[in-house]
Amino acid sequence: MLLFFEQCLNGLQLGVMLFLMSAGLTLVFGIMRVINLAHGSFYMIGAYVGATVASSSGSFVLGIAAALPAAALTGMVVEWIVLRRLYHRDHLDQVLATFGLIMFFNELTRIIWGRQPLFMDVPPWLNHGILLYPGLTYPAYRLAVIFVGLAVALFLWLLFSRTRLGMQIRAGAVNQEMVAALGVNIKMLNTLVFGLGTLLAGLAGVMAGPILAVESGMGESILILTFVVIVIGGIGSIRGALAGAVLVGMVDTLGRAFLPALFHLFFGSTNADAVAASLSSMAIYILMAIILVWKPRGLFPAHS
Amino acid sequence: MTTQQRTLLALVTGALFLVVLPPAALFFDQIYLVSLLSRVLIYALAAVSLDLLLGYGGLISLGHAAYVGIGAYVVGIGFFHASEMEPLLQWPFVINGSENGLFILPLAALVAGFFAMIFGAMSLRTKGMHFIMITLAFAQMLYYLFVSMEKYGGSDGLSLYSRSSIPGLDLASDIQFYYLCFALLAGFLICAERLVHSRFGLVVRGTRDNARRIQALGIHPFRYQLVLFMIAGAGAGLAGALLANQTEYVSPGLLQWTLSGELMVMVILGGLGTLYGPILGAAAFLLMEEMLAMYTEHWMLYMGPFLILVVLFAKGGLWTLLVGRSEHE
Repeated sequence: MLLFFEQCLNGLQLGVMLFLMSAGLTLVFGIMRVINLAHGSFYMIGAYVGATVASSSGSFVLGIAAALPAAALTGMVVEWIVLRRLYHRDHLDQVLATFGLIMFFNELTRIIWGRQPLFMDVPPWLNHGILLYPGLTYPAYRLAVIFVGLAVALFLWLLFSRTRLGMQIRAGAVNQEMVAALGVNIKMLNTLVFGLGTLLAGLAGVMAGPILAVESGMGESILILTFVVIVIGGIGSIRGALAGAVLVGMVDTLGRAFLPALFHLFFGSTNADAVAASLSSMAIYILMAIILVWKPRGLFPAHS
Repeated sequence: MTTQQRTLLALVTGALFLVVLPPAALFFDQIYLVSLLSRVLIYALAAVSLDLLLGYGGLISLGHAAYVGIGAYVVGIGFFHASEMEPLLQWPFVINGSENGLFILPLAALVAGFFAMIFGAMSLRTKGMHFIMITLAFAQMLYYLFVSMEKYGGSDGLSLYSRSSIPGLDLASDIQFYYLCFALLAGFLICAERLVHSRFGLVVRGTRDNARRIQALGIHPFRYQLVLFMIAGAGAGLAGALLANQTEYVSPGLLQWTLSGELMVMVILGGLGTLYGPILGAAAFLLMEEMLAMYTEHWMLYMGPFLILVVLFAKGGLWTLLVGRSEHE
C-alpha cells in the first residue's frame, strides 16, 4: 500500500512535468493555430543552461534564474524570426520548419556542450527525504517539483481568468482580427504567449535536470509524451492539459511499476514478463487510443 | 514544350540514367555509387508512398517511419526464426521463419498495410493537428514496443547473416540488389500513377480539397482515406524490407520519428503531390547529407536552417522546377 502511494507520487511528479510542457504547447496550438515540434528544444535549452550555471555557480536557484530567461528569450527570438511567418501556412509547412529547428538546436547543443550528457546535482537543501507517513519517506526534491507544478497551474488559472492580459489572450484565441481591431497589439501578444510557453518548457527542463540526464535530443522524448497529453486533454485547453498530464503521468508510472507483478501473479511465466514489459511501455498510447475512440476531440475540447 | 512532354522527357531520361548507372559505375570504378543509389531508391519508395498521403490525400502523417520499421522487422524476425530453427507461431498453425524474398517481401508489405489499417482507422477519426500528433504517437508506441522486445535484440536490434534469397537472383551482389530496388520502385510508381488518376484517386483528392462536398455527393470519404493509408503503409513496408536487406541490420531506430520527418522533407523538397518529385527529393536529401557529412560532422546545423528556408521560400519543389506546374493542378 505504501509502495502504491509512493508510485502515485512519482506519477504525479511526472504528470506535473508534462503539465509544464503541455500548458505552453497547448496555448500555442490553441491561440496561434501552429503546430510546434520544436517545443522540446526549449526544454533542452532550459536544462543545459540551468545545469551549466548551477554547476559553475554552485547554486541551483541561480541555475533556474538563468534557465528561465534563456528559454523564454530563445523562444521569443524564434517566434519573431521563423514561426511568425508560419501562422497562416499549412500545418505541413509548420511541421517541416519546426523539424528544421529541432535539427539546428540539437546540433548546436552538441557543438557547445559536447556529446557527453551532463549530470546535475540535486541542491543540498533539498537532498533529503521527508517522512510523509510512518514507513514512507519521499525525496524532498520531487515533492518540490510537484509543488512548483501545482503553483504554476494556479498561477496560469489566475492569469487567464483574473487579469486583463489573460482576457486578451483568450480573446485572441477566438478571433485574432477582432482583437487587433480593438487596438491590441496582437503580434506582440503572440510573441508574449510564445515566450510564456517556452519559459514553462525551460522550467520543466531545468527541474528535470537532477532527475534525468541532460543531453542533446532529450526534448523529443518528452515532446511526444506531451503530444499524447494534449490529444487526451483537448487542444488549446489548459484544464485539459492538467487533467491529461496527471492521467498520463499516473498511467505510465503505475503501469511500469505494477503491470509486471500483476502479470506474474496471473500468468506466472517468463513469457508474461516480456508481455508486461511491452504492455507497460505502450500503456499511455493505448489509453490515448481508447480516449480517441470515445471522444475524438479530447476530454476538454477548448472551442466546442 | 508542354508540361506533359517535359514530364515524359524527364521520366525517360531519369529511368535511362538509373538503368545505365551500375555498368557505368563499374567502368569508372566507382562501385560505391551503386549502393548509395540503392539507398536513394529505397528511400524514394518510402517517400513516394508518403506523398500519396501528404500530397494526394492531404493527410499529414508524421508516423510513416512506423511502417518502414514494421517492414524491416518482418524481414528481421523471419530471418531470426529461420536461423534459430524455431517456429514463429505454434498455434493455431505452425509458421516457420523464412529468408525467401519471394515470400518475405510481399509479407512485409502486407503486415505493414495491416498495421496501417489499424492505426489509420483510429487516426482518421481526427483531423488537422490531432491527426499529426496521433500518427506520431502510434509510431512512437511501436518504437517502444520493439525496444522492449528483448527476444529480438531490444534497442540493439537484429543483425541478419545475409540478404533474402530470391530464386534466379543473387542479392548479395550489390548490382542485382540495385536492379531489384529499381524494379520495385518502378512497379510501385506505375500502380500509384494508375491509382491517383482512377475514380479512387479523384475521391481522395476531392476529399483533400473539400471533404464536405464529397460527402454531399453521397460518398463516404473515410473508407477511401483508409485504403489510401493502407496502400501508403504497404509501400513503406516494402521499402523497410529492402532497407533491412541492404544494411543486413534491423533496429528500433528505423521506427524513430526522425525518419518520419526526413521522409516528409524528401517529399516537400521533391514536390508535394507530384508522384515523381519525391524521388528527386530523396536523392537530393541523401546526397546533401552525404556531402555535408564529408565536410563537417555537424551537418544538421546547416540542414536545419536550409529546411526552414525551403519551407518559407520554395514552393513546388524540385520536380516543378524541372517540368513546370501541370495545368490541371
